[in-house]
Amino acid sequence: MGEPLALETSGLTKVYGHGHTEVVALRDAGMRVRRGEIVALLGPSGAGKSTFLMCVGLINPPTRGRVAIGGVPVLDGSRALSDLRRFRREHIGFVFQKSNLIPFLNAVENIQIVGELIGRPASLARRRAMELLDALGVGARAHNMPTQLSGGEQQRVTIARALANQPSLILADEPTAALDGTRGRQVMELFRDVAHEHGAGVIVVTHDHRALDVFDTVYEMEDGVLKPAHRAGIDAAVGHPTAR
Amino acid sequence: MNLAVRDIRHSLGRFVLTTIGVGMLLMIVMGMGGIYRGLVDDALVVTRGVGADLWIVQRDTRGPFAEVSRLPRSVVDRVAAVPGVTDAREFVFHTIQREHRGQPLRMGVLGLGWPTDKGEGLPLIAGRPLAQNHFEVIADATLGLGLGERLRLGKETYTVVGLTSGMVSSGGDGLACFTSRDAQAIQFNEPGESARLEREARRARASAIDFGRTQPGVLERASGPSRGLAALPGPAISAVIARLAPGADADAVLRSLHGWSDVTVYSGVQQEDLLLKGSVDRARRQLLLFRVLLTLISAVIMALIIYTLTLDKLHPIALLKLIGAPNRVIVGLIMQQSIIMGVLAFGVGWLLGQRLFPMFPRRVILTSDDLLRLAGIVLVISIFASLLGIWKAMRVAPNEAIG
Repeated sequence: MGEPLALETSGLTKVYGHGHTEVVALRDAGMRVRRGEIVALLGPSGAGKSTFLMCVGLINPPTRGRVAIGGVPVLDGSRALSDLRRFRREHIGFVFQKSNLIPFLNAVENIQIVGELIGRPASLARRRAMELLDALGVGARAHNMPTQLSGGEQQRVTIARALANQPSLILADEPTAALDGTRGRQVMELFRDVAHEHGAGVIVVTHDHRALDVFDTVYEMEDGVLKPAHRAGIDAAVGHPTAR
Repeated sequence: MNLAVRDIRHSLGRFVLTTIGVGMLLMIVMGMGGIYRGLVDDALVVTRGVGADLWIVQRDTRGPFAEVSRLPRSVVDRVAAVPGVTDAREFVFHTIQREHRGQPLRMGVLGLGWPTDKGEGLPLIAGRPLAQNHFEVIADATLGLGLGERLRLGKETYTVVGLTSGMVSSGGDGLACFTSRDAQAIQFNEPGESARLEREARRARASAIDFGRTQPGVLERASGPSRGLAALPGPAISAVIARLAPGADADAVLRSLHGWSDVTVYSGVQQEDLLLKGSVDRARRQLLLFRVLLTLISAVIMALIIYTLTLDKLHPIALLKLIGAPNRVIVGLIMQQSIIMGVLAFGVGWLLGQRLFPMFPRRVILTSDDLLRLAGIVLVISIFASLLGIWKAMRVAPNEAIG
């Protein structure tokens, strides 16, 4: 049988509007992500990448399709798990382009809150938060407010927050868009390490082709259609020796 | 972790200013209630101070406070003779305004039943009770008079021998306690010329009637002071106050006095009721209306403030929903902030009131019951004020956190 997949979707479709104003943002999207696998999702703007993330992140449920996270079927056609928000806080982590930290909490509190939301005692949640900050190299900035952190530090804190609930799945929407090439690559490598060390499936929406060699699998989306990308094509794009 | 406290800490300056503003509003609400209590207390100072069980006043009047009452002094002796009455005294009370030290001085003149009552029961803070039947006065500190100061009223000069605290009339004027004779002299003081004119008029009336022409000495007495004419009444008193003997049958005494055709009798409670329904009733209702309006205004302002604070953190609220925070966490954040603001504002209002209320021209009396009641109302207002912000927060979608 094997370990449950971090994510499995099939027939995922999202339609906005009705009749002549109908817009199909996602068409029969299917994806399988193993635990510990890091997946890139490429595509031009408006292709449906963020819509896909919102669907699998249980933020904006699809019109139809099936989603299973960590082996648990959470969406199946018109049926959905009764408390999607609870499932989201217990099993999914989010990282976005803008760090999106809660402005009135300092770095460690931004992570601690996630632990407390899933029922950990405050002291345990705080200890876990400090461990994550130390592991990501920003432990010294634990008591700084978000406005006192650099862009890279904020992103690391956000990644630590995404790990606080020991998720099955981490969704990152263009996390390196605001960073330079070097820092962007560092963050991608960090995602890879997080995926491999914590056993979470990681999906990263990105426009940045330079760090694609970091990913185990690459998907492409265009006009709402999702398909695996050709590995050779990707390697050529990044100038990988195997492409020659 | 308390999100409400952390958000307050993050926007401390704005929160503090807002709380002070709401606190000042609540201070005014407290003050209105305190002024109302002070009004009632001031109205009842005299009635409670004299300790009368019964008030005997002019027939068919609601005197001596709600309206004017005039009784001959002889009623005192008649009341004292009623079985069950242990003590009957004159009660003289009126309000005057005279000039003193170049400024208008308005005071309530209270006549003490000398020699029975020398003012020993008054709340003296300086000086002594009255020691003689004339020309001494015990004045309330609000009149601004000093011990030993001399006060010219009518033809006579009175020396301040004692000072009291908290003795004011229902109109808020400080009370000055004289002997009842002096109080009547002040009340019925008239210039010498008008006394001479009245005596001449009296002589003319006496000489025009058969009684004056035929009775020896009447014409001579008509030209003199009116106390020489037994048939003519002396200065009237406002009321007679009576105390019942311990164990006396109050109903029997009342039945006896109700049978007299020239007086009306009120118990102490009835007299207080007349006072409160008479002179202070409109002021009470006005103050109550203001209190209600101010409380409603406070509620609206708090609701707007909490709503605005919520609007400022819609993005963090969306983010909290995104990371899976249940609604109760978000509701708790907003409601706790509202309650914290309400509680702190109440404290600010109370503290400010403690400093400012003593400076008010009328007494402001804050009772524990009133404060507790207001605290309860503020708590309810705080909860309801948060509902608008909560409604807005519940409409926020999690994906608004990522734009």
